[in-house]
Amino acid sequence: MSDTTTEDSTQNGPVLAADGTPLRRSLARALRRQKLRALMLIAPLLIFIMVTFILPVADMLYRSVENGIVSETLPRTVVALADWDASGDTPPDEAVFAALAADMQIAAEEKTHTKLGSRLNYENPGMSSLFRKSGRQVRRWDLETDAPFMEKFLDIDEDWSDIDVWRTIQTYSPSTTSGYYLAAVDMQLGADGPEMRPENERIYLKLFGRTLMMSLAITLSCIALGYPVAWLLANLPMRTSNLLMILVLLPFWTSLLVRTSAWKILLQQQGVINDILVWIGLVSDDARLVMINNQLGTIIAMTHILLPFMILPMYSVMQSINPSYLRAAKSLGATDWTAFWRVYFPQTVPGIGAGSILVFILAIGYYITPALVGGTTGTFISNRIAFHISTSLNWGLAAALGGILLAVVLVFYWAYDKFVGIDNVKLG
Amino acid sequence: MLDQGSDAFVVFDKVQKSYDGQTLVVKDLNLSIGKGEFLTMLGPSGSGKTTCLMMLAGFETATHGDILLDGQGINNIPPHKRGIGMVFQNYALFPHMTVAENLAFPLEVRKLGKSDREAKVKRALDMVQMGDFANRRPAQLSGGQQQRIALARALVFEPELVLMDEPLGALDKQLREHMQFEITRLAHELGITTVYVTHDQTEALTMSDRVAVFNDGRIQQLDPPDTLYEEPKNSFVAQFIGENNSLEGTVKELNNDTAVVQLDDGGLIDCKPVNVNKVGDRTKVSIRPERVEYRSERFQEGAHLLKAEVLEFIYMGDVFRTRLRVAGRDDFIMKCRNAPDQIRLKPGETVNIGWMPEDCRALDA
Ligand SMILES: Nc1ncnc2c1ncn2[C@@H]1O[C@H](COP(=O)(O)OP(=O)(O)OP(=O)(O)O)[C@@H](O)[C@H]1O
Ligand SMILES: [Mg+2]
Repeated sequence: MSDTTTEDSTQNGPVLAADGTPLRRSLARALRRQKLRALMLIAPLLIFIMVTFILPVADMLYRSVENGIVSETLPRTVVALADWDASGDTPPDEAVFAALAADMQIAAEEKTHTKLGSRLNYENPGMSSLFRKSGRQVRRWDLETDAPFMEKFLDIDEDWSDIDVWRTIQTYSPSTTSGYYLAAVDMQLGADGPEMRPENERIYLKLFGRTLMMSLAITLSCIALGYPVAWLLANLPMRTSNLLMILVLLPFWTSLLVRTSAWKILLQQQGVINDILVWIGLVSDDARLVMINNQLGTIIAMTHILLPFMILPMYSVMQSINPSYLRAAKSLGATDWTAFWRVYFPQTVPGIGAGSILVFILAIGYYITPALVGGTTGTFISNRIAFHISTSLNWGLAAALGGILLAVVLVFYWAYDKFVGIDNVKLG
Repeated sequence: MLDQGSDAFVVFDKVQKSYDGQTLVVKDLNLSIGKGEFLTMLGPSGSGKTTCLMMLAGFETATHGDILLDGQGINNIPPHKRGIGMVFQNYALFPHMTVAENLAFPLEVRKLGKSDREAKVKRALDMVQMGDFANRRPAQLSGGQQQRIALARALVFEPELVLMDEPLGALDKQLREHMQFEITRLAHELGITTVYVTHDQTEALTMSDRVAVFNDGRIQQLDPPDTLYEEPKNSFVAQFIGENNSLEGTVKELNNDTAVVQLDDGGLIDCKPVNVNKVGDRTKVSIRPERVEYRSERFQEGAHLLKAEVLEFIYMGDVFRTRLRVAGRDDFIMKCRNAPDQIRLKPGETVNIGWMPEDCRALDA
C-alpha cells in the first residue's frame, strides 16, 4: 500500500502536499509553528501571571494543609508516639520522653521549639509557653546520664502529664492536616474524629454567612441603583450621556480611602446626614441614627464603590439593544410596562448577570472598606483573613479561610453557569 | 383615484414635521389612502419616508397638521392602542423568544385565550409557509425567513392597517422578488390597507396600487405605477423612476399639446409640454430609452431628428442597449428589443434618432 500511495494519492493514500510530504504532516508542522509563535507572544503575560498569581495561590492552598513542623522538629518523638494509645488515660512511657528530650535539645539549639509551640498553641492553648519553658531547661540536660526524663519533664511543668498535650502532638504529627480547614468552619479534631467547637468559640461560620448575606445585599442594591442609571446612559442623547458617564466613572478616579472616609464623615452620628435629619426634624437630637461602623455603613459604602462594576456591563448590553424592539412591542399592542418587562428586561439579563458576578465576587473578598467602616458587626471574612496573616501570623488558618472563600466563589460561578448560563454573560 | 371622500382610511392633512425646530423634514404632506389600498412611499434616502411612517405608527408626533385613521384623529392615541401592524426595517423580532412566542406576543397582550392564540399563531405561520419553524429562535433563521416571521407577526392580530419600512432591503434579488409577490398576495387576500416604504423603484412599481414619490419632504407625484412611469410630472420623478434620458434646452414653439424645444447645441426636437408655460422657458425634456427610434420608416412625417454617434453597444440578452452621443452628451441611452430584424449598431456609426412627440415630455428645468 505504501508504494502505491505515492503514485496515486488521490485514490487511496494520504493526500500529499506540493513537496511530497503527507498533507496532514505538513499542515501539523505549519500549525505547530503558528502555535509556537502565539505561545511566545503570550509568554511574558503567562510568566507574569504564573509568578504573581498562580504560584502564590497554589502556595497558600498548600499552606492550608501543610503541617510538616511537628514531624520535622520532633522526629524521634513522633516515631515513638506512634504506638501510644491516645484514647486511654495514661500518658506515654519513658521511651517517648527520652525521644522528646533528644528532639528538644536539638530544637532548642536551633530555636525551632518556640515556633512549634506557637503552631500547637492554635490547637491547644498553653502549648506555646510549655514549649518555651521546657526548651530553656532541656538545653542544660545531659542525654547520656540524666535519664529517666519523665520525671524531669514533669518537674518543669505538670502539663507534660496531660493527655491532651500528647493527643495534640500525636494528632498533628502527620505532615498534612485538615486541622486548618476544620478550624475555619468552627470544628476541631477531637479524640474521635472532627467535632464542632464549643458554642462560644464559633466565629467563622457566622462570619462566612454574614459575608455572603452582605455581599448579596450589596449586589442587589447595586442592581436596583445601577439599572436606571445604565438605562439613562444608553438612552440619553450623546452629550448628556457622556457627562453622566463621567459621573459614573468619577469614583474610579478617586482614591478608595478618600471615598470610604467621605462616607464616614457623611454617615457618622455628628455627620452631615444626621445633622440634616435632625435639622428638618425627622430625627430627634438625642436619637441620632447609627449608620456607620455597622452593617448598614458597610453596605452603603461598598454599594457606592462597586456600583460602576454593575453599571458598565449593564450599559454595554443596553446600548446594543435596538430601540426598534420596544417600538415593535408597542406597535403589537403592549403598554409601556409590558413592553419593558417582556421585551426589554429579558434582553438586559446578561448585563445584570455579568454585573452581579463582578460585584458579588469583588464584594465577597473585599477588605479595606469593611475594615474602615464595618465596626464589629460589619466586618467580612476577609478582615479575619487579614488578621491571621498580619497579626496572629496563623497563615495556615488564613490560607484555609481563603481556600474556602475561593471554593464558595467557584460554587457560585458554577451555579450561575448552571442556571443562567455563562455564555449569557456580556461584558461588552 | 385621489379618494379624499368617504372611503379614505388614512388621511394626512397638511402634516409637517421637524425634529430640531430648524428644518422641516416633512413639509406639507397631504395624502389619503383608501381602504384595502397598497400604497408605496418611494424616495431617496433622507426624504422623510420613515418619518411619515413613524408619525402614523405613533412613535413621532406631527409638528403640525392632523392624521386621521378611519375618520378619527390619532394624534392623541398612544401607539399601542392604534392597532397598526408594523414590519420594521431590521425585522425587530424579539431575540429571546421563539418564533411562536414572537407571534403569540400581540395576542397575549390582547388577553386572548391559550387555544385561540395557538390556533391563530399556527394559521399565521402557515400563511407565510413557516409552520415548521415555530420553535426556532430568530437568530436561527435566514434573513428571508425572519422577514416572513416579521410579516406574520404584523398580521397575526388582524390589523386593518400594516406599515412596512423597507422590509426587503437586506434580501438577495431572488428572495426579494419572491417576497414581493408574497406580500402583495397576502395584502390583497386579507384586504389589508398597506403602507409600504422602499427606495427600490422596481419594488414600488411591481407591488403597489399607487406610489407616492417623496423628495425633500414633499410628495412629488402620487399615481398608479403606469402613470408614474409613462407620465412623470416633473424631472425629479422622471429621473428617479426607471431609466431616463434627459436633454436640456429652451422652448421655441408652444401649441396645446406639442412643443418644439431647441437644445443647447442648436438641435430641434418635438415634445409634449408638461411643465412649461411659455416660449423661452428653460426645460429638461425626458425620453425613455425604449421609446427612442433610429429607423427612418418609423418616424412621423416632418418629425425633427437628431444626429447621434454610437459610442457603445451593450448586449443584454432580451434587449440591446446602445450608448449614443447626442446634443453634446455622451450618456444618451437607446434600448431596442432583441427581435430577429433588429440591427446591432457598431461604435463609430452615425444614425438619426427621433421619437413620437407624446413620448418626449418637456418638464421643469
Ligand atoms: N430622530 C431624529 N432626529 C433628528 N433628525 C432625524 C431623526 N430621524 C430622522 N431625521 C432626519 O429626518 C430626515 C428624514 O429622515 P427619514 O428617516 O424619514 O428618511 P427616509 O426617507 O426614511 O430615508 P431612508 O431611505 O434612508 O430610510 C433625515 O434628514 C434625517 O436626518
Ligand atoms: Mg427610512
